[in-house]
Amino acid sequence: MDMFESIVQTLTDGRTQQLLLCLLGCILVTVGPKILPITFLESSALPPIFRRWLDFVPVAVMAALVGSEIFFYDGVFNLSTTNLFLMVSIPSFVVALISKNYFLPIAVGIGLLILARHYGLT
Amino acid sequence: MSTASTSHALEGIRRAIPIVLGYLPVGFAFGVLAVKNGIPHGIAIAMSFLMFSGSGQLMFVSMWAAGASALSMTCAVGIVNLRYLLQSAAESVWMGGLSRSIRFLLGLGISDETFAVHVTALQKGWERNLITLFTCNHVAQLGWIAGTVLGVFCGDLVSDVRPLGLDYALPAMFLALLVLQCISRLHAFCAILTLVLSVGLKYAGMTSWNIALATILGASVGCMLSFRETRGNGHV
Repeated sequence: MDMFESIVQTLTDGRTQQLLLCLLGCILVTVGPKILPITFLESSALPPIFRRWLDFVPVAVMAALVGSEIFFYDGVFNLSTTNLFLMVSIPSFVVALISKNYFLPIAVGIGLLILARHYGLT
Repeated sequence: MSTASTSHALEGIRRAIPIVLGYLPVGFAFGVLAVKNGIPHGIAIAMSFLMFSGSGQLMFVSMWAAGASALSMTCAVGIVNLRYLLQSAAESVWMGGLSRSIRFLLGLGISDETFAVHVTALQKGWERNLITLFTCNHVAQLGWIAGTVLGVFCGDLVSDVRPLGLDYALPAMFLALLVLQCISRLHAFCAILTLVLSVGLKYAGMTSWNIALATILGASVGCMLSFRETRGNGHV
C-alpha cells in the first residue's frame, strides 16, 4: 500500500506531470513520422516523379548523416588531422570502395581508431 | 523453426551486429545523462522502448535539463525527426503488397541505421524477407534498450568508452552503406552534393534541420538530373 501511495504521489507531482507531458509530445512526433508514410502510402499509386525522388532519398540521407558525423569531432567542425573520425574514414572509405563489403570498412575504421587512441591520440 | 527461417533470422542478426555495437555506447551515454538530469530510471528506459531515437532522446534530455516547455521540446524533437518521414516514405516503396498492420510494425522499427541496412540490401537485389527485417529491427532496438539500462543503473561502471572506439561504429556503418548506395554516377554526385550541404548547414548552425533539409535538396537535384538524363538518352 505504501508503494502504491508513493507511485500515486509521484504521478501527481507537478514536475513528473510536466515530464510525462513532454514525453507524450515527443513520442508522438517520433513515432508518427516513422509509421505514417510506410503504413498509408501505396507504392503502386505514387506518381512516377515522386517515386524517382524517393529513389534518391536513401543515398542522400546517408550522405547527410555521414557528413554531419565525420566532419565534426567533439561537436566542432574539424578538417585537420586532429579529427580522428575523418582520418580513419579515409582508409575505411577506400576499403569500402574496393571490398564492396559491409563489415570490413567498419572493422578497419574501429580498429584504426582504437590503435590511434591507444598511442595517445585523442 | 525451419532451417530456412533460422537462416533468415541469422541474416537479420548479422545485419544488426554493427548497429548494436554502435547503439550500446550511445544508449549507455543516454542512460547516464538522463539520470544525471533528473529523469527517473523507469522513464529513461521507457523512452528507449517508445521513442527509439538517439538524437531525439538526447535532445529531450538536454532540453529537460534546460527547463524547456513541453511545446518547445515537442517542436524541437519533431524537427530533428523529420528525416524519419523521408525514410519511412522511401522504405514504403519496397513494402508493396504487405498488409497495413505489417507495414505499421515495420515502421515502428525504423531508425537511421535499420533503414539504411534494409534499403541498401533491397537496392542490391535482396529478396525482401519479413523475418530478416523484424529480427534486425528488434535486435537493434534491444541493443539500444540494453545500453540504456546499463547507463541508467551502472553509469559509474565505465568512465570512458572512447578507448574502445565504438563511438565510430555508426559513422563507419553509414560510410560503408553510403559507398554501396552509390549505384550510378548520378547517385554518387547526389551523395557528394548532399554531404556538402549537410556539413554546410550544420556549420552554419542548423544542427536540427541539416539532415532533413540537405536530404530534400540533394534528392531533388538528383531526381531532376535523372529526368534530364533519360530525356537526353531519348534523343540519341
